[in-house]
Amino acid sequence: MNNGENKLSKEIIMKEVEKLKDIGLPEALVEEVKAKLADVKLTKRQLDFILSEIVKEYYASQVEPGEAVGTVAAQSIGEPSTQMTLRTFHYAGVREFNITLGLPRLIEIVDARRTPSTPMMTIYLDEEHRHSRDKALEVARRIEYTAIENVARSIEIDINTFSIVIELDPELLSNKGLTIDHVVKALQRLKGEIHIEDNRIIFIPSGVTDIFKLQKLRDRILGLKLKGIKNIRRVLVKEESGEYILVTEGSNLAAVLTVEGVDPTRTTTNNIHEIAEVLGIEAARNAIIQEMMNVLREQGLEVDIRHIMLVADMMTLTGRVRQIGRHGVSGEKPSVLARAAFEVTVKHLLEAAVRGEVDNLKGVAENVIVGSNLIPLGTGMVNLLMYPTAIRRENENEAGG
Amino acid sequence: MSLHILTKRIGAIEFGVLDPDTIRRMSVTAIITADTYDEDGMPIRSGLMDRRLGTVEPGVRCETCGNPVGLCPGHFGHIELARPVIHVGFVKIIHQLLRATCRNCGRLLLPQSEIEKYKERMKRYEKRWYALSLKLAEVILKKAMDNPECPHCHAKQYKIKFEKPTMFFEEREEGLVRLTPSDVRSRLEKIPDEDLWLIGINPKTARPEWFVLTVLPVPPICVRPSITLESGVRSEDDLTHKLVDIIRINERLRENIEAGAPQLIIDDLWELLQYHVTTYFDNEVPGIPPAKHRSGRPLRTLAQRLKGKEGRFRGNLSGKRVDFSARTVISPDPCLSINEVGVPIDVAKILTVPERVTEWNIEEMRRLVINGPDKYPGANYIVRPDGKRIDLRFPKDRRTLAEQLKPGYIVERHLKDGDIVLFNRQPSLHRMSMMAHKVRVLPYRTFRLNLCVCPPYNADFDGDEMNLHVPQSEEARAEARILMLVQEHILSPRYGGPIMGAIHDYITAAYLLTLKSVLLTREQVAQLLVVGEYRGELPEPAIKKPIELWTGKQVFSVFLPKDMNFSLRASICMKCDQCLREECPYDAYVMVREGKLLLGVIDKASIGAEKTDSILHYIVKNYGTDKGREFMDTCFKMLLYFLDRHGFTMGLESLDIPKDVIEEIKEVFRKAEAKVNALIEDYLKGRLEPQPGKTLEETLEVKIIEVLNEVRDQAGKIACRHMRLDNEVLVMTQTGARGNIINVTQMCACLGQQHLRGERIHRGYHGRPLPHFKQGDLGVRARGFVFSSFKRGLTPVEFFFHAMTGREGLVDTAVRTSQSGYMQRRLINALQDLRVEYDGTVRTADNIIVQFRYGEDGVDPAKSYHGRPVNLDFIINKALEVE
Repeated sequence: MNNGENKLSKEIIMKEVEKLKDIGLPEALVEEVKAKLADVKLTKRQLDFILSEIVKEYYASQVEPGEAVGTVAAQSIGEPSTQMTLRTFHYAGVREFNITLGLPRLIEIVDARRTPSTPMMTIYLDEEHRHSRDKALEVARRIEYTAIENVARSIEIDINTFSIVIELDPELLSNKGLTIDHVVKALQRLKGEIHIEDNRIIFIPSGVTDIFKLQKLRDRILGLKLKGIKNIRRVLVKEESGEYILVTEGSNLAAVLTVEGVDPTRTTTNNIHEIAEVLGIEAARNAIIQEMMNVLREQGLEVDIRHIMLVADMMTLTGRVRQIGRHGVSGEKPSVLARAAFEVTVKHLLEAAVRGEVDNLKGVAENVIVGSNLIPLGTGMVNLLMYPTAIRRENENEAGG
Repeated sequence: MSLHILTKRIGAIEFGVLDPDTIRRMSVTAIITADTYDEDGMPIRSGLMDRRLGTVEPGVRCETCGNPVGLCPGHFGHIELARPVIHVGFVKIIHQLLRATCRNCGRLLLPQSEIEKYKERMKRYEKRWYALSLKLAEVILKKAMDNPECPHCHAKQYKIKFEKPTMFFEEREEGLVRLTPSDVRSRLEKIPDEDLWLIGINPKTARPEWFVLTVLPVPPICVRPSITLESGVRSEDDLTHKLVDIIRINERLRENIEAGAPQLIIDDLWELLQYHVTTYFDNEVPGIPPAKHRSGRPLRTLAQRLKGKEGRFRGNLSGKRVDFSARTVISPDPCLSINEVGVPIDVAKILTVPERVTEWNIEEMRRLVINGPDKYPGANYIVRPDGKRIDLRFPKDRRTLAEQLKPGYIVERHLKDGDIVLFNRQPSLHRMSMMAHKVRVLPYRTFRLNLCVCPPYNADFDGDEMNLHVPQSEEARAEARILMLVQEHILSPRYGGPIMGAIHDYITAAYLLTLKSVLLTREQVAQLLVVGEYRGELPEPAIKKPIELWTGKQVFSVFLPKDMNFSLRASICMKCDQCLREECPYDAYVMVREGKLLLGVIDKASIGAEKTDSILHYIVKNYGTDKGREFMDTCFKMLLYFLDRHGFTMGLESLDIPKDVIEEIKEVFRKAEAKVNALIEDYLKGRLEPQPGKTLEETLEVKIIEVLNEVRDQAGKIACRHMRLDNEVLVMTQTGARGNIINVTQMCACLGQQHLRGERIHRGYHGRPLPHFKQGDLGVRARGFVFSSFKRGLTPVEFFFHAMTGREGLVDTAVRTSQSGYMQRRLINALQDLRVEYDGTVRTADNIIVQFRYGEDGVDPAKSYHGRPVNLDFIINKALEVE
């Protein structure tokens, strides 16, 4: 191997590799090349060979113009989904939680539902809190929504005195980092007198004379917020790759991001609309990609990320998260025939008539419907531009010359 | 030859509402009689079957255009309605219009200043933001609705009440006043064009008064053909029935009006007319009973014809029935190339390919014509240059026809070897579900295909049927051959790896051939290589004395490209903590150097279907699809031949395990049962601690399931441990040929826990799944744990539990296919217009950019290495070897 030629130094190799960027190779690929070549000793000829091969293969792998990438993407996601399990629930890393996965989750994502059937957040913590369980627990307590019912042993109605007796569980209280005062404070928001006997709080509401009203009041007291964030029903501390993270049942991204101790740069939720509202449409696009990839990976199905990117881009390109279906992408197509061929045929036709819409027959579905020979994709996309006058002139010139 | 060259192409389609004038002008006659035929069976003039409406009977020329059946497009007639009726499809818009416009002056109920403002905005939006202009129209409409006073003429406005399906009322001081369709129409007439434009109605194509019908178009007969049954009884189309009703009521209404009948009777008839016209358009309008046929079947009227899966759009326009197609059962044939399909000779004699007669093929074509439609290489039709078709079934003297053949004629000849056809298996979930094959005409009656193409079609041979289509134009054939040929689809665009490859016996065979212990004589090697179509020199024998012997690896190597260098870990790899690579004791480290398989056994990881980064993947990717096809055609065929000779049978004895092992497994069972019983005991005594967020019962279940799942795995492991490595079952599972460890366990150790909806079986009787158990028995047996194995056989109770889970699986699959099918339909519909443009962007049909560069790096997954554009390891290794 080593026949006299000098090995190149690392700097020179890196500099040469860097040049790949200038000829249009994606940065990620160039970085990968750098990482691979970091510990390899190469001669000039070997390096040249490698670089030229890379460029050659990269250009050979490019898509061809006209490729029906949309159809391929849809098929690549649809075909494996037949093999998915319908078993909806699966561990989400933490065995206490079940989250929707598999086909139902995939449908949920393309449907762009307002709230997922099992909202869940993964909360990362900042430098100060991520290394100890206690510190993490502290943040968890701040986030977990705690109502009176979560700390009470019992809440009963005393019909004799028309009062509500709340018996608190001191263990639960301290567990959540609360004291009786917190409970009292919460109760003060309601009209009525408050008496405290150790762990018992007797609440005598003012102006309630009716049993049913008292019942209703009891239910209200049950749900009175002591602390935490709305919609976050449960928080668990979990250790993952050397740091403590929080996993929650329920999701409220905007509020959680403001909590002290949370690392807002990494914290996520599986509610795509929430991400779109809080972090913007680009973040929502990434969230769609991540979520779909997760579902597919968990099922052991291999789908190239580019297909999923295309779906995510199609869903988000207007700046809102649109559904894949009649209330979103398909319903907003400019072509009447394409919409009519999909769903709710008659309604689309009548509306088009009223508006006097014109179908320019640019898409696939329309061209199939009118029976045109060329579908504007792939080999049908190619046009021939010919100027008969110019050709005639040329012929005349030739004849004359 | 009059080849129909398209000179006109549909550029665009404009939608609109027909106005009464147009309806009358396009009508050839007014229809006034409800009767269709007279006693002689002749159509009545001015009846619904009037000859002027077009002809459907062969041999009769149309009275209007003079054309025979195929050429007469049909002509409309019309019915003058005695009183106007509302078109159901437009009631919603009519309602909105009535609410948003003045009852007196017809203007939009918005101050002039606001109208001007919106006009300005509308003008701006309409050109560039079509979708936005729709939204704006909606906003304007909403704003104009329910204003109590007209800002233009200051007339007082009343609330308009709408009653389904077609009634309007005005809530005046004196009470509810019904607005007749005539009233509605006269109000709509008053709305000025400029105002309409603001609320998204194009007055040029759809004046609102046209939403109330005064004249009804009668569609031509070809739209509603009558069917003559064998008994000679004529049966009319549903639309005709409906039109008869309309005409009958219309005439009655007219007579009554003319006779000056009381208002009450007129109103009743008017309403009846409205009902008939409504159901004529849509027979599924909520709020009214659907019009029924005499037999009680609801009529299929206009809206129903268009709607749904079997409707005009999805059933006839988006998907069409085609000629030149065939369907039959499939069966395997390893001797075919993956590019080929075996076509039964009977099919080949029916499907034809049009071939133009030239000076060079005229002799051949004459021969085909002489053979005719019944003798195999023959022809079914001749098409003369003037477009006349000659059916070769009838003329007795085909010889003269053959003599008349001249260049320029077209002969529709039988399918022959080498023709390109499309082959398809439903459900067509991806593009590999329809690929182009080359024809091989074969005896017998099934389509034959190579086994390597089973995975992309998802086909097996338990009675599957497939479809075959013959492209008829040169362009179609060229595209099929270049883009759709099977070998062009070896690599799947889904994940950038081969979707075709070895399955089942191919893998077993490859493993058995490439085992270290395989030594073959010259005779054996020669035989294998001949089957594999190898025509070169024999490699140097591995053992020269006392007799020449070759290893199986050497035989396999013959089919590898000569300069190939590759290594990977086989499927049988034990995943040791420390990989010994070349020193692997199981021969699981596969190494190819200079096209020679030096180490390792070949199994699924090397040549299997749907396996990325395999030897097969490498060959297809680096040596092209031709080489890939050749590898599958030759090497794989050889593998099967080897297996034929070698013999491979899995029998009951393959599942035998020694007595002491059975005892060992039983011991595991005993321990597990004891453990579960202990858990139940704890639970009953209240000693069990609930897990956070779970009830006590749930906690118990979780813990029991944990224990029981462990049992099956353990039992399986013990059983497998005592099987010899050459056990057929193990060979198949380890190499990835078929089955997995769970299958083995279930066959020879135990079936394990039967789950229903992810839980142990507990439903059925009160507190117990079957009456064989005590109520509230939580024990292993009572909750569906099956201790028996398939080999030993199940007890009746176990069998029942097993059947329960089996049924759940079936139901699951049924539900899943419909759900995922609908999801895929929506995905396809949303994405089908996307394409890569010449500038590398991804755009929709109307040129909206979706991605600036496809997939952020412009890489086609089908041309990638498992998703990555370049395989750096290969390149670097190659570079290091170069020097």
